[in-house]
Amino acid sequence: MSNQIWMVTFRIFRKKGNLKPYFEDFEMEVKPGEYLLEAIERIWAYKDRSLTFAHACHHSTCGACGMRVNGKEKLTCITLIKDVVKDGGTVKVEPLRNFPVVSDLVVDIGKLYLNLESVGHHPVVSVVEEPYQDGIAAGRGSEADYIRLSDCIECGMCISACPVATTTSTYLGPAALAGAMQASLNPDNGVLKLVDCADGVWRCHSAYECSEVCPSYVEPGRKIMQLRRKVMAERIKSIFRSNN
Amino acid sequence: MVTDTNKPAPANWWRWFDPRQRDIGTWAFILNRITAIGLTIYLFLHLVVLYQLSQGPDAYDGFLELAKSPIIVIGELLVVIAAIYHGLNGIRIGLTTFTDTSPFQRAIFYVFTFITIVGSLIFAVRMFTA
Repeated sequence: MSNQIWMVTFRIFRKKGNLKPYFEDFEMEVKPGEYLLEAIERIWAYKDRSLTFAHACHHSTCGACGMRVNGKEKLTCITLIKDVVKDGGTVKVEPLRNFPVVSDLVVDIGKLYLNLESVGHHPVVSVVEEPYQDGIAAGRGSEADYIRLSDCIECGMCISACPVATTTSTYLGPAALAGAMQASLNPDNGVLKLVDCADGVWRCHSAYECSEVCPSYVEPGRKIMQLRRKVMAERIKSIFRSNN
Repeated sequence: MVTDTNKPAPANWWRWFDPRQRDIGTWAFILNRITAIGLTIYLFLHLVVLYQLSQGPDAYDGFLELAKSPIIVIGELLVVIAAIYHGLNGIRIGLTTFTDTSPFQRAIFYVFTFITIVGSLIFAVRMFTA
């Protein structure tokens, strides 16, 4: 089984500058147990050095190699070829949706980082320090609240899968709202007011595509709903506060 | 200059209705939108018909005759199916919003879709055998 060789056609999205995008086919001999990113790297190495794609860690930690494989968001470094195509078949590889294409399979996900920062979520914080950042005292919220959200690898796949993000560039998006849920564990930072708006927690239409594609099981959709309940509770509390 | 269609833009609204490579949640979302548009059109037609009925006995009798035609009966059945689905999906969204049931949204969708199918069949049998 391990020595089996498949012939697979990789139909890859190409776009350079302002030129019209197109798909280019590359036929490759691959092992079915290889990861998709390895095949893309070999296409770059042996077939076309102008092919652009992002990657780094090769073990689903950096989140750089998120792409759409046969239309579905996948981390290509952990996607086995045999799971997305058969011998003699064609696999379609495209960049993530809802981000501007920089070149070929590379998109600019800068807006994701800006949105994460805007809600007070710091992407690069060690897991050990995470519960204590921004003055959040140990013991507030359960430990699970922190650990689960610390798993976000900022790959942007949740935004790519979100049908609402397709039409609304100002939407904070699933990752940032999940980050806001974490930031809201500190009740003094005003994040609940920040997300209580049309482009915040209320823009979500409950499609839960974000939770389906998240490679780290952050469950952004669930976090958005939790955040909604917090926002609603805060609104109700504010009625009684203003009456006193 | 080629427009980057990968960027979010209101012009991409049609992608809301593209179910390819999408999961159950988006299918529910798409059906919710379609039934909402259908029910809104029905409401408008309903008001037009009500106005027509107020134009006298001849108009009333004429409408009753029209209402017996198979096309109108099928249209009414579609309204019933849309109303059942849209109402139940609203409950699904309410449940997952107000309670921590979003991990079960697929199961809730399947149950409510089953109820929609059974309810629609019951209505269909009654409407076409009446």
